[in-house]
Amino acid sequence: MSQTTPEQLAERLRARFDGRIANADVSHAQATIEVAPAHLVEVCTALRDEAEFRFEQLTDLCGVDFLGFGEGEWATSETATSQGFGRGVQGDNVQGRFGWDNRPRHPQFLRRFASVVHLISYIHNIRLRVRCFAPEDALPVLPTLTGVWPSANWYEREAFDLYGIVYEGHPDLRRILTDYGFVGHPFRKDFPLIGNVEVRYDPEAKRVVYEPVTSVTPRVTVARVVREDSRWPTSREEATDDWKDN
Amino acid sequence: MADSIDQAGEIRSYTMNFGPQHPAAHGVLRLVMEMEGETIIRIDPHVGLLHRGTEKLAESKPFNHSIGYMDRLDYVSMMCNEHAYVRAIEQLVGVTPPERALWIRTLFDEVTRILNHLMWIGSNALDLGAMAVFLYAFREREELMDVYEAVSGTRMHATYYRPGGVYRDLPAKMIQYKESRWHKGKDLKRMNAWREGSMLDYLEAFARDFQHKVDEYEELLTDNRIWKQRTVDIGIVSPEQAYALGMTGPMLRGSGIEWDLRKKQPYAKYAEVDFDIPVGTHGDCYDRYLVRVNEMRQSGRIILQCVDWLKKNPGPVMIENYKVAPPKREDMKESMEALIHWFKLFTEGFSVPAGETYAAVEAPKGEFGCYMISDGANKPFRVHLRAPGFAHLSSINETTAGHMLPDVVAMIGTYDLVFGEVDR
Repeated sequence: MSQTTPEQLAERLRARFDGRIANADVSHAQATIEVAPAHLVEVCTALRDEAEFRFEQLTDLCGVDFLGFGEGEWATSETATSQGFGRGVQGDNVQGRFGWDNRPRHPQFLRRFASVVHLISYIHNIRLRVRCFAPEDALPVLPTLTGVWPSANWYEREAFDLYGIVYEGHPDLRRILTDYGFVGHPFRKDFPLIGNVEVRYDPEAKRVVYEPVTSVTPRVTVARVVREDSRWPTSREEATDDWKDN
Repeated sequence: MADSIDQAGEIRSYTMNFGPQHPAAHGVLRLVMEMEGETIIRIDPHVGLLHRGTEKLAESKPFNHSIGYMDRLDYVSMMCNEHAYVRAIEQLVGVTPPERALWIRTLFDEVTRILNHLMWIGSNALDLGAMAVFLYAFREREELMDVYEAVSGTRMHATYYRPGGVYRDLPAKMIQYKESRWHKGKDLKRMNAWREGSMLDYLEAFARDFQHKVDEYEELLTDNRIWKQRTVDIGIVSPEQAYALGMTGPMLRGSGIEWDLRKKQPYAKYAEVDFDIPVGTHGDCYDRYLVRVNEMRQSGRIILQCVDWLKKNPGPVMIENYKVAPPKREDMKESMEALIHWFKLFTEGFSVPAGETYAAVEAPKGEFGCYMISDGANKPFRVHLRAPGFAHLSSINETTAGHMLPDVVAMIGTYDLVFGEVDR
């Protein structure tokens, strides 16, 4: 039996789920499909059960917040040589150095929250990535996959905890990684890295108290820079020249 | 007490708390157990007590700053975690490390596997009442820690794998014990017997001797009546369950599924080394024990093959691509270009082409994966770390319901949990 390539898999997926998957592409030898929430469970059940796919296991599921995708904090202006470099982008927001409220959306990602699933087929020895965007940014809701693969249980709890994605039909959607009584979803891009509250022991109240963060200030040591690096293709060739057999 | 006895005088089920500070909890695990007498009805694990937001921290730093965080996830199989992370970067950037670096990574992945399994066999046996195994296992662990120290300068958090290769070549001289009030003369000579030559000589001597050391552990456990009573038929996982519950690594192989990423989706130099995949038949704790013990033997075999290749083939261990790897110190004194590259690399890092990838390695505990999204910046847009322990622990309710309380400890042991990776 010959090994299925990711390209062949993408081709089969396109043929089988025509219209229900937005796109099936291959990058870095990995196939990715995008499914609308309405079709997610149906497509996934087929992916698990049908002989040509047979993805027995959900290896991984995680939430992603696409807010601010492709945005740098440091701009190199066109006139870099004559006028020096641009400064860090100053945010309008008070909390932290960079504001997120007025950020334009990246044209590729119109929705903010997505759930990304990694599947593996042990029989065909191939992996597949399934991405599903939540239709609403304010209250992201997606169908649960626990009915298809039980291992989705904790992963969905994690994505709910860290990103606030609500998985409809999940049997036990509680927080999992954050503290008891935690407020907010810490992995969202607009949640500050230093957090919102800090904890200390209050000797007068004789208990642990939560207070707004004062002991640390947000600090960016290395600014986020987006560079279209045309040097990669050239350097890749240089590298292969030196070590041919790799 | 009065509450839990109903009118007929029957004891109803009650809830018991296990951990987070419990010697058998392997760190900070809290289990809320619903029990009937000594029998488990339902287990609800509370995790996250060691959550540090590693993934978010990685998003706030340039790609090359987070390698050290990976060591701190599964802190008994450090370099395997680094391996998944640097492989993800290498895939996005499109560079391949030089061959020697790939062999060194293969070598150190196996050293790490033995380190991990030694920790596991020691602590699992200790949890189940066998004190001595721990002492034996840590004797060898110490010797391998010295290898970590020899290449990276630190015993645990190595930060040795870098995008494009490894930090530096293997040392030509193995570190030796120094004379002290307690170790001198013949004693010192015996301790340094393997350490006269290079690090590879030392590892070769270790790997040859290690098979006998595994015999010693097996002598203590394999036919031990108490050990078998505690592990045989405990926590049986069927192959179907193993798939459905997201199990990987020894948990999957213990259930009889012959699957190992090193063989099926080879990375580094695993396609070129010879080793076997041990599998179990029953899927109980005892089978998983046998699988892991056998894996240690296989790792010893792989180490010998790597040592052999590395001795014969000197060469570069880091790609000469100054976008991801720093230029040589001497070059910086002479070349302006090298100095600029050095400066840019250490102040800004490198911008990785936009894209996404999932890189997985066969870590000692199972599949450790790194899902990385880059938007073209010098920092990852999203890093998600797929830790085997997280998936394994999530299945504890299915695997232990109906078992007795002591079996929960056996099960935690067989999961080989480390909370650095479960909680991230």
